[in-house]
Amino acid sequence: MLNIAALSGKIQEAFGALDRHHLNGGQRLAVKYFAVAMILFLAQLLFGLLAAIQFVWPGFLFDLVDFSVNRMVHINAMVVWMLYGFIGSVYWFLEEESGTEIVGLKWGEIAFYVLTGAVVIVVLVYLLIQTGPGNDATRWLVNEGREYIEAPRWADIGIVTVMLVFFYNVAGTFAKGRWSGISGVLTLDLVALAGLYMAGMFYSTNVTVDQYWWWWVIHLWVEATWEVLVGCIMAWSLMKLIGARRRIVQTWLYIEVALMFGSGILGLGHHYFWIGTPDYWFTIGGFFSALEPVPLVAMVVHSIYDAGVHRFRSTNHPALGWIIAHTFGNFLGAGVWGFMHTLPQINLYTHGTQWSASHGHLSFFGAYATINIAFFYLAAQRWRGNVWMGGDLKDNGWKWKWSMILLNLGVMGMTVALLIAGYEQSFIERAVEGSTWGGYFAAQNQPWFVQAMLWRLVFGVVTLAGALLLTWDLLTIGAGETRLALVLEPEEELAAEPTVAVAK
Amino acid sequence: MNHTPLWASESFWKKVAIWVTAGSFVLLIVLTFDSMSKVQAGSRRVPAYSVINQKIDYRFDAQLNRYMPVIGGDEPLFDRPLSEAEAEALVTLGKKTTQAKNCINCHTILGNGAYYAPDLTKSWLDPNWIDAGNRENLMLAFLKNPPGNARTYGTGRRMPHLGITDEEARGVIAFLKWMSAIDTNGFPHNFKTLYAQEE
Ligand code: HEM
Ligand code: HEM
Ligand SMILES: [Fe+2]
Repeated sequence: MLNIAALSGKIQEAFGALDRHHLNGGQRLAVKYFAVAMILFLAQLLFGLLAAIQFVWPGFLFDLVDFSVNRMVHINAMVVWMLYGFIGSVYWFLEEESGTEIVGLKWGEIAFYVLTGAVVIVVLVYLLIQTGPGNDATRWLVNEGREYIEAPRWADIGIVTVMLVFFYNVAGTFAKGRWSGISGVLTLDLVALAGLYMAGMFYSTNVTVDQYWWWWVIHLWVEATWEVLVGCIMAWSLMKLIGARRRIVQTWLYIEVALMFGSGILGLGHHYFWIGTPDYWFTIGGFFSALEPVPLVAMVVHSIYDAGVHRFRSTNHPALGWIIAHTFGNFLGAGVWGFMHTLPQINLYTHGTQWSASHGHLSFFGAYATINIAFFYLAAQRWRGNVWMGGDLKDNGWKWKWSMILLNLGVMGMTVALLIAGYEQSFIERAVEGSTWGGYFAAQNQPWFVQAMLWRLVFGVVTLAGALLLTWDLLTIGAGETRLALVLEPEEELAAEPTVAVAK
Repeated sequence: MNHTPLWASESFWKKVAIWVTAGSFVLLIVLTFDSMSKVQAGSRRVPAYSVINQKIDYRFDAQLNRYMPVIGGDEPLFDRPLSEAEAEALVTLGKKTTQAKNCINCHTILGNGAYYAPDLTKSWLDPNWIDAGNRENLMLAFLKNPPGNARTYGTGRRMPHLGITDEEARGVIAFLKWMSAIDTNGFPHNFKTLYAQEE
């Protein structure tokens, strides 16, 4: 008995106490979302590793948990944890941004449990039932069989219902409190985001029609509405972290909305080159998607410039670090890696090769995993009682720094390995062999490809190590910290004006 | 001295954001209506389901400078010509089966999906089936028992048991044959079909 008491004392010391009294209503709900998001992130990596092992040793778990199942759980866990992170982030700042308590928070709580219950059931069915007969019941109950949105129809309806509750919380709270530029953009963006999901909720035998609408969900999410959502989240966090001025961040936000929607909406056409749709999409899709990197450059400039203006002084170093990782990751993964294969002349050879997987990894991680992790740190800080998280942290903050290094190194390593594999596939399978099955396998057997799959596995393990360290850090950072968070002095509104005048 | 230049004004960019978004969206809607009208089953780009009664090939078109589907004479699936309604029902069964069995999480379909197994867009025409006359039977046997008929080309990757029934397998074959007749703007490029190989 004594031992247990001593042990729990040790645990207490390492992890400290998290006190929900430090959080407002929305933030208490937010940390629930963040906790599930973190668990799903780890699950994502675990199943990604299983799939990566199968590339190297195809007999592994064969006919038990096949590649298709592992991959589906991998990418679904990703989409769901990112949505959990976004929802949590919005609940996190909702009360501060609106200046009032959340309207209908009880419903939001219930929605959280309903959604989480549904996610658990869906994953269990994926793993235990896996497939069904080729009829409607399978699509309603087991698996819809469409990449990223495999969730069966019953779950789709549940998700939309939960989104409605979330939307009611958000719009109701802003309406009762106050509106701002950020909240206006955010609210309209959420309508679009939820509405788009419904474009993926019907069946079509015509595979061209099927994929046409499927891309509405996938592309118009990640290259339009999600980008604007994280734009809102970033605008708010820059004010919070470095004391940026509202007028500046909101102006940037509008510029980003204009550039992102202006390029991303018609950029959708870069998925309509080869699915049976008319060939005017070559021009429209190629042109507009080639412009998509522009707003991503703007975001880098914005965040670095603003952070520099404030001499990188911030209330939360790990969070600011991840915000900066977000802007670079978004620019590299989506902007550069996306641009590399977005023109139809190139995409003819890269379409559906590991090239896409390379881009998919760096973009989702760089754009969306990063900013969610930044919010996990904001939450940890406040949950501990708004403690110090600037420089000179306990142990020199090695855990957050190393987990950040390992995660970025791991994902970058996988991305480069997959890019090499993709190049090789484009040349050998696509250009030389003409994409026959024989050509496909010739490329898969190429030593460069085989080595790339091995390296991807190695860097996958590095990624997982980073994520485990991140989990440990989030659970322990700030424990026993007695200093309070840095207070940013309000910025002098006119400080920037003379420089502008001189420049003119 | 509180003059803000236009390019730095919040309200200016707000208006730009609204107009650009609305304009792009309206254009997308217009293009969507146009595209939908051009990809209905039975259109020039996406043939009717009864195309599975015919011979399908995929050849380089010198004038267009890209590969194009070529619809030929009678070559009914399993030697049984189907009416339009029957063909649609069979392709529908096949399409639903591809979703129920989660094909797209190993294969690509029209180039979209997973990269663990070959693209299915023109799999009906793949030279791997060797003999056009025997193709249906090979495909049927393969789909019903993939590990037993695996040809892994030295990768060791096999397709698992998916419990595909005889009827479902016929549907899947019909779906694949129909899909191979869609005009995909020349993707995949340089693809030499079964027929091209036979010549
Ligand atoms: C954060 C934003 C982005 C994310 C998360 C993202 C993610 C992805 C993913 C996962 C795919 C593969 C889809 C599949 O499984 O079939 C994909 C495809 C593609 N992405 Fe992105 N993307 C982003 C931004 C961009 C941008 C800005 C561009 C262009 C400049 C771009 C160009 C492309 C192209 C051309 C494809 C098609 C690849 C193919 O033909 O197989 N992406 N994207
Ligand atoms: C432990 C680390 C990871 C491993 C081993 C891993 C492995 C894999 C594998 C084997 C696939 C299937 C690719 C194929 O079909 O050939 C895949 C797909 C994918 N993974 Fe990961 N992954 C990891 C981490 C991540 C992370 C951190 C993200 C993003 C945050 C991510 C996003 C994706 C996406 C978007 C796809 C679909 C790509 C496409 O269809 O083009 N993965 N991953
Ligand atoms: Fe896209």
